[in-house]
Amino acid sequence: MATVELSFTPLPAHVRTARLVATAVARRSGVDESLLDEVRLAVGEACSRAVEEHQLHCPAEPVRLALSDMADRFEVEVTDNCAPDSAKVTGVGQESKSTGAGVAAMEPGLGFAVIAGLADNVEISETAAGTSIRMSWPSAGVVR
Amino acid sequence: MDLKLDHHSKDGIEIVDVEGEIDVYTAPRLRELLIELVNSRYYQLVVNMEKVEFLDSTGLGVLVGGLKRVRAHDGSLDLVCTQERILKIFRITGLTKVFGIHDTVDEAIAARRSEK
Repeated sequence: MATVELSFTPLPAHVRTARLVATAVARRSGVDESLLDEVRLAVGEACSRAVEEHQLHCPAEPVRLALSDMADRFEVEVTDNCAPDSAKVTGVGQESKSTGAGVAAMEPGLGFAVIAGLADNVEISETAAGTSIRMSWPSAGVVR
Repeated sequence: MDLKLDHHSKDGIEIVDVEGEIDVYTAPRLRELLIELVNSRYYQLVVNMEKVEFLDSTGLGVLVGGLKRVRAHDGSLDLVCTQERILKIFRITGLTKVFGIHDTVDEAIAARRSEK
């Protein structure tokens, strides 16, 4: 079970909240201060992508964020609930479409390029529920 | 912190002062300002990012869009930024080769003048 789970309606305003929560939990999990900016940015990128996908395909469904402190890793998983046939993502640096009409309207793959450049470890997978981006950083363990 | 935007002319170049966070929520406001400036025939722009606390790929996309717009009028869009955490994002995405990035507004203006 994740240490902290968060689900939010797919609105750009909530991405900042997700960033703040992720940074706070990362700090508490013992992630080095020098890495917190990277966590904040990578989580923001993953959540922005998920919000855009939701707004295009499933605006009523929440975006889910799970933050877990393992023995020596801090793991973040951002999951969208858009069915794989409506939003395909095949890997880091690739994105199947660029609508230009979404709230982010970002260059295709730019967000993934940032995530790949920041996270220590990145895994992107499609499940029946949607696309999951899992990222992790080294941590010193939970600060109790 | 929210996004604060302001702009003023200096030596014939429009300086856009940006303060706060540029993300998926606030970036549309910056995009609107850049479009408004181009529509008002300001084609030489310097975006001062010294007070930017956060920048994500949505913000990068807006800056790239602004650059494309001014270049369509033979204009320029240079950046002022010395913050390592912001510069890192430009490096990761390779955009340091696309934008002129300077330490001060005066340096950006001088660099633009020397290219004319």
